[in-house]
Amino acid sequence: MLEIRIHGRGGQGSVIASKILAYAFAKEGKFVQAFPEFGVERRGAPVAAFLRVADKPINSRSKIYKPGHLIVLEPTLIAAVDITQGLKPGGFIVINSKRSPEEFKEKAKDSTIATVDATEIALNNRLGSKAAPIVNTAILGAFAKLTGMVKIESVIEAIKEEVPIKPEENAQAAQQAFDKTII
Amino acid sequence: MSKQKVMMGNHALSYGAVVSKVNVISAYPITPQTQVVELLSELCSNGALDSEFIKVESEHSAMAACIGASAVGARTFTATSAQGLALMHEMLHWAVGARTPVVMGNINRSMGPPWTIWSEQTDSLSQRDTGWLQIYASSNQEVYDSVPIAFKIAEHKKVQLPVMVVLDAFFLSHTSENVMMMDLDKAETYLPKYKPKHKLDVNEPYTFGALTTPEWYYELRYKIQKAHENAISVIEEAQSEFKDMFGREYGLVEEYKTADADTILVAISTAASTAKDTVDELREKGVKAGLLRLRFVRPFPFKKVREVLSSAKKILVLDRNLSPGIGGIIFQEIKSAMYNESNKAPIYGFIAGLGGRDITTETIHNIFEEAEKQDPKNIIWMEVKA
Repeated sequence: MLEIRIHGRGGQGSVIASKILAYAFAKEGKFVQAFPEFGVERRGAPVAAFLRVADKPINSRSKIYKPGHLIVLEPTLIAAVDITQGLKPGGFIVINSKRSPEEFKEKAKDSTIATVDATEIALNNRLGSKAAPIVNTAILGAFAKLTGMVKIESVIEAIKEEVPIKPEENAQAAQQAFDKTII
Repeated sequence: MSKQKVMMGNHALSYGAVVSKVNVISAYPITPQTQVVELLSELCSNGALDSEFIKVESEHSAMAACIGASAVGARTFTATSAQGLALMHEMLHWAVGARTPVVMGNINRSMGPPWTIWSEQTDSLSQRDTGWLQIYASSNQEVYDSVPIAFKIAEHKKVQLPVMVVLDAFFLSHTSENVMMMDLDKAETYLPKYKPKHKLDVNEPYTFGALTTPEWYYELRYKIQKAHENAISVIEEAQSEFKDMFGREYGLVEEYKTADADTILVAISTAASTAKDTVDELREKGVKAGLLRLRFVRPFPFKKVREVLSSAKKILVLDRNLSPGIGGIIFQEIKSAMYNESNKAPIYGFIAGLGGRDITTETIHNIFEEAEKQDPKNIIWMEVKA
């Protein structure tokens, strides 16, 4: 079973990212569970969302404490919260950043890290504003590229079906991130 | 062709009402139920759902509106949680006494104060003496499927009682899972239009709930008890027909590896789902563990419970609820179900997860371990901070 944790800030769409990714996996016949942190969220504050993916029905309905993989929507979070808390060794981490993956290596020596400038991709596709770019769809393209766990086609289909505003632009952002991801 | 979606438990509840073609919805929003009402009001306003949405100023009024609508023959739905359910209390009795087959979703949330929004079953279990039937779901698919099943049972002439479909706050309400959607036409074949035997109709006048003296009130209560007893076979038929049409099987209870089990854990809701993983892990270690999940708490499935527990050597009951002064509510019910049985296996009552504290596979492992050392006369509290 895959267990993934998504880090973002309230309002960035971490929860929606978890749902779209869950739907993409479900399209490939997987059983999924996507959930937010259980409670009240504040815009701008660090938040997390979670995802389980399995080949058979998932019984566990408790929270995820030891994720295998991480998705980081916001690079400033790395200084603010312990993003690798509970992280199992040997997993994948995808980070929205202009910097190279090597620069994050010391955070998680046993993980395979990829970076993508999802902020720039989002802005090029007119997703959100400069102050608050919507990077949640772009980062999923990068996740597909890094992990190979889910097809980019499934991610794009899921985006087109699930994103109510600018579905085409969001799908394009995911594809561009897929193409530009540095591993 | 059934279509797969990935949706939160709250939306599974809303779409359950959609596929049941409800005529009237009246509800008041409350966290963590809000999305149920948001989606239904949106579908009513954009024309996707041909239902009357009655806006009200409180949950008490929401249930009053549902009872009124049901009395004129409308299929009626509402949803609430915790303090909202408590505010409905008077009307919950009314819905039963008036024999109105309203279906309500309740998102299990702990009662305040202190203020809280997280999961616990005390809110709905506190209402068990009102006479509502209660279904406790453990997946979003089950939430969705349980709504049309609930209407079919509620409206059956041998039952004619309201039904609550209950789901855990956050663990289901805000968690998105795979849900196979029903074809609307097929659903209508399963659940045809509601045709009440009696309804409020100016052309054929009846009175509902008029003053009833001791000469007859007693018999009306007797009939409500009989309706609960009749509901057992009605539920079995309704769920068997559901399986034939949609391929998904539900029982009064769910048995997991109980057939040869020495120790059986009894639980409800998502904690029971998580417990399956613990049972699997214990089985790998050679421990003969099993799980009995009560899907129905009312009517209480006495026969099934007694059958499943008949050869257990130890019975453990996990309660994410508390009746202060006596302990876990399901624990009391299991003990009363087993009292006159020949199997005198000890029954241990565990409290865990109050106020939405997580119940993990580890919590359940610890429950199985504690049962080896504890006295069943005590209420056993898991993970209490000093």
